Amino acid sequence: MTANEKIISTGAAAAPPSMHEITYRDAIVAALREEMRRDPKTLIMGEDIGESGGPFKTCQGLYEEFGAARVRDTPIAEAGFVGAALGLALTGFRPIVEIMFSDFLGVCFDQIANSIAKHRFMSGGRVKIPIVIRALGGAGLRFGAQHSQTAESWLLSVPGLKIICPSNPEQAYLMLKAAIRDDNPVLVLEHKALLSMKGLVPAGADDVAMPTGPRVLRPGRHATIVASLAMVGKALAAADSLKAEGIEAEVIDIQVLRPMNVAPISDSVRRTNILVTVEEQAPTGGWSSDVVADVVSQAFDYLDAPPARVTLPDHPLPYSPHLEDALIPSPERIAATVKSLL
Amino acid sequence: MSEPPRESGSASNQAAAALSVEDRIGLFRTMTLIREFEEQVHRSYLEGLVHGTTHLCNGQEAVSAGVAKALRDDDYVSYTYRGHGQCLARGMDLEAAFAELFGRETGVCGGIGGSMHLTDIDRGLIGAFGIVGAGLPVAVGAGLSAQLAGRKQVSVCFFGDGATNIGAFHEAMNMAQVWKLPVIFVCENNLYGEFSHILHTTPYENLVVRAAGYSMQTELVDGNDVLAVYDAAAPAVSRARDGEGPTFIECKTYRHRGHSRTDPAKYRDPAEVEAWLKRDPISLYRAELGAAGLLSDAEAEGIAAELRLLVKSAADRAAAAPWPSPTQDFMARTFVQ
Repeated sequence: MTANEKIISTGAAAAPPSMHEITYRDAIVAALREEMRRDPKTLIMGEDIGESGGPFKTCQGLYEEFGAARVRDTPIAEAGFVGAALGLALTGFRPIVEIMFSDFLGVCFDQIANSIAKHRFMSGGRVKIPIVIRALGGAGLRFGAQHSQTAESWLLSVPGLKIICPSNPEQAYLMLKAAIRDDNPVLVLEHKALLSMKGLVPAGADDVAMPTGPRVLRPGRHATIVASLAMVGKALAAADSLKAEGIEAEVIDIQVLRPMNVAPISDSVRRTNILVTVEEQAPTGGWSSDVVADVVSQAFDYLDAPPARVTLPDHPLPYSPHLEDALIPSPERIAATVKSLL
Repeated sequence: MSEPPRESGSASNQAAAALSVEDRIGLFRTMTLIREFEEQVHRSYLEGLVHGTTHLCNGQEAVSAGVAKALRDDDYVSYTYRGHGQCLARGMDLEAAFAELFGRETGVCGGIGGSMHLTDIDRGLIGAFGIVGAGLPVAVGAGLSAQLAGRKQVSVCFFGDGATNIGAFHEAMNMAQVWKLPVIFVCENNLYGEFSHILHTTPYENLVVRAAGYSMQTELVDGNDVLAVYDAAAPAVSRARDGEGPTFIECKTYRHRGHSRTDPAKYRDPAEVEAWLKRDPISLYRAELGAAGLLSDAEAEGIAAELRLLVKSAADRAAAAPWPSPTQDFMARTFVQ
């Protein structure tokens, strides 16, 4: 059982919360609403998240319930309000910030990488930094090169952060709730193309915990496919088409980029002997490079073929739907990659 | 060449006029303690006890002392790598401060932070920021925290003139003003951003101009006059506590030494340095106390000697402290488990 399966099962064991079918977007809103009700020290800041409910409606209804002091519209100043989150966290609050597009993490990179991620460490472990940074990223919405990045790679190399990536409504809900309760800085990378995805989500789950590693979403014995965010759905679709050809692919959601735990992926590869990673990012410096490196170290003798990485090309994303669709890893490309290794 | 301010602003002091003799002597003690500490840091560096680099605040003691005097214990203070003075003015333990600079286990941050990152949350010393300007948004967050908590605390942020050219400064100033936060922005304008004179990087010397751009209340004071600093800080703090929003206080001052350990500061006109050394904040204040009959030369020397001994003995104890363990649980220092 992986750590995340444990989360869900314990959530179900305590007082079986009823499941309801909601969107990824509404799962985010539900997690925020429930945790803000639970702890008056929580508050959320971001651009147009107040009366407007957020540009992607991920804060819908929060302003009406919690008011302007706890659902705070900020100037367009990511370094300013992300830095302010650190000041709030150091003085007893539990701030959540919304970064409208993950691409804008670049604007507040210093506050995250040099201040938020290091402040506890530099104090000798004498302060705590309970901050959640939610950033909406990802391609497929024809937003062009500056509004389509998942930005998973950017902060991957920064010690002191936790980074989690929900790939479906249930995870968006459970992982965000756990992140808000965590006493450490957590970057939650959400995906815009998943906002309308529907799925079964527990209502009012109270027993939540941060995931500590990858999660097997679909078992299989012929190949291991590891993906994140919107690529998880593509990997599952690829597994469906491979199934029709008698190939059983195991699909693993990496879901926790920091601290990264590759051991469960190596366990899977020891059974399947084939590894394919799928990442919605350029090929250099992303999490899939680490996964491949660690699997090679941990399970080298079990590999029947060199691991393969399916990624975006090594240039920015274009705008035209015709071009964007051609570049985002597709189920067909993933399936073909798996078959090429068998 | 940049001229030091000629006139002390203390003649028109109102808040300062209400200070007791004990308070006035206390300000002298605070400034002298900071000076003696920094002089000891310099000596300890030469002895190989301080590692890497260190940024001394000799010459700027009046700013730390004057502002700290206006604060309560539960206020929040953030500062920069040149922040030893602010920490001492808030009562940081001398031995723990030295031990941190020496990289020892008993340091205020366990030897993990170092000279640029003295933090002592129990004294409201929420952090020293080594990236120029990075502390300002954090101070705004602490100010928002104070506003939300409703306990009339204030958040004070110290930074140099160089920080006013970075984006974080402007974002922080704007947010503090638009939300009417109890934040006091204290700019220690020592005329040099690292090695560059302010007029090489900024179109004017008086940075209060920038605060005016945010409709923020401003004070421009002689940062080498501790009573003038206090006199600017006290009403600003009082306004902030009363919900009247932030203030930008520009303190004109000068660092006696270079930017950091390796900087001999040869880019400064010797005549300029000489003029400012004549306006050493401690000598000026000592003369003022002497003229008022509050502190004799012998008493002043006595205080300096006493503090020098205190500082030396703290440094000696810190130098004898053990090194931190390289096998300690660093992940527990990084994350709350």
